[in-house]
Amino acid sequence: MTALAALIRRDIAISLRVGGGALIGVLFFLTVVVLMPFAVGPDLALLTRLGPAILWLGALLASLLTLDRLFTADHDDGSLDLIVMGRTPLELACAAKALAHWVAAGLPLVIATPVLGLLLNLDALSTSAVALTLLAGTPALTFTGMIGAALAVTLHRGGLLLAVLVLPLSIPVLIFGVAASQAAISGLSFGAPFSILCALSLISFVIGPFAAAASLRHGLD
Amino acid sequence: MRLSGRGVRCVRGGRDVFSGLDFEASSGEALAIIGANGSGKFLLLRMIAGLLAIAEGSIGLEGGETELTLPEQAHYLGHRDALKPALSVLENLSFWRDFLGGERSGAKKDLKEGLEESLAAVGLDHAVHLPAAYLSAGQRRRLSIARLLTVRRPIWLLDEPTNALDVAGQSLFARLMGEHLGSGGVIVAATHAPLGIAARELRIGGVS
Repeated sequence: MTALAALIRRDIAISLRVGGGALIGVLFFLTVVVLMPFAVGPDLALLTRLGPAILWLGALLASLLTLDRLFTADHDDGSLDLIVMGRTPLELACAAKALAHWVAAGLPLVIATPVLGLLLNLDALSTSAVALTLLAGTPALTFTGMIGAALAVTLHRGGLLLAVLVLPLSIPVLIFGVAASQAAISGLSFGAPFSILCALSLISFVIGPFAAAASLRHGLD
Repeated sequence: MRLSGRGVRCVRGGRDVFSGLDFEASSGEALAIIGANGSGKFLLLRMIAGLLAIAEGSIGLEGGETELTLPEQAHYLGHRDALKPALSVLENLSFWRDFLGGERSGAKKDLKEGLEESLAAVGLDHAVHLPAAYLSAGQRRRLSIARLLTVRRPIWLLDEPTNALDVAGQSLFARLMGEHLGSGGVIVAATHAPLGIAARELRIGGVS
């Protein structure tokens, strides 16, 4: 446990310090959401209707933007070799890294949502519904994205490949995330899509670390 | 304790780098892997460290802790130094101590003193709170060496360990390697420069 706690603490500390890039995601999220009203036009009703979808798309793209750093930094400076060699099971180490990444890069997106909801003319109920679905859904984005991040490291292709690999995996999360928010806003059954969203997160907690660890183990050279 | 390899073959990109390689090193013995550039010294080290698949043959350890695999009992000092520029010297070292499972018993103060002792041993005690980004190449190497001292592992796998070290640093590291061998450790080093300690030579490649 000491080893995992140390790994989580270190990753959070690095991403919060200068050059760590934790806040890049929030800034990108802000940019996407701010640009949207300019593209859609000053139609308040339309913005309200599109609001949850825009917030979810923004959060999805923002979390994709920072995923690249999950393993590449450790790979480039050789830390990943030592993590693979360590006595801690690689699956747990991957899960710890993803958790730290979510705390540093995913959680700020959830916290920023209420402020950005104001820009899209969402009322308090809608904003909190979106924030709640993001809280349940962004861990799934991080943990499935981790598989792509591990593959990108082992295939020596960064950025673009990661986006291509991860986006299809995140479509179910997007569908049920937006569906749950819309259901809460329009008074339909919120429980069903929200449960599925939580289930997707739980599945990704199981599959993500194993797939990422397998990819790292077989791909390192 | 005896580290040995039998008929090890290394394939890289469909091409044989070396094959039929036998080697062994017992407790208190250093093995210097010598060979031209591209002969596969680095690859052999990574095979021993479990970071590269062995195409043929086997590498094993006799007399180590039975519950741990060979890589789990080894330190790997590569040319990439596994340091985070944003963290201070002390933070870098204490992370690796915690992650690699060094001594955790004792009061918090003693633990910190243990780290500072290792840093003093490599001559970095004046830079404890300096971010690693400001270290020179030689100082970074010294900090990596401090990792080997903080967490005890019987096998040291070293890739060009004396690179970037100044003359004083090289003799310091030779002394530390001597102490490690004296306590029954094994050292395998891929190197061009003399290590400064008595070492058996393992020549690979070189046959054209």
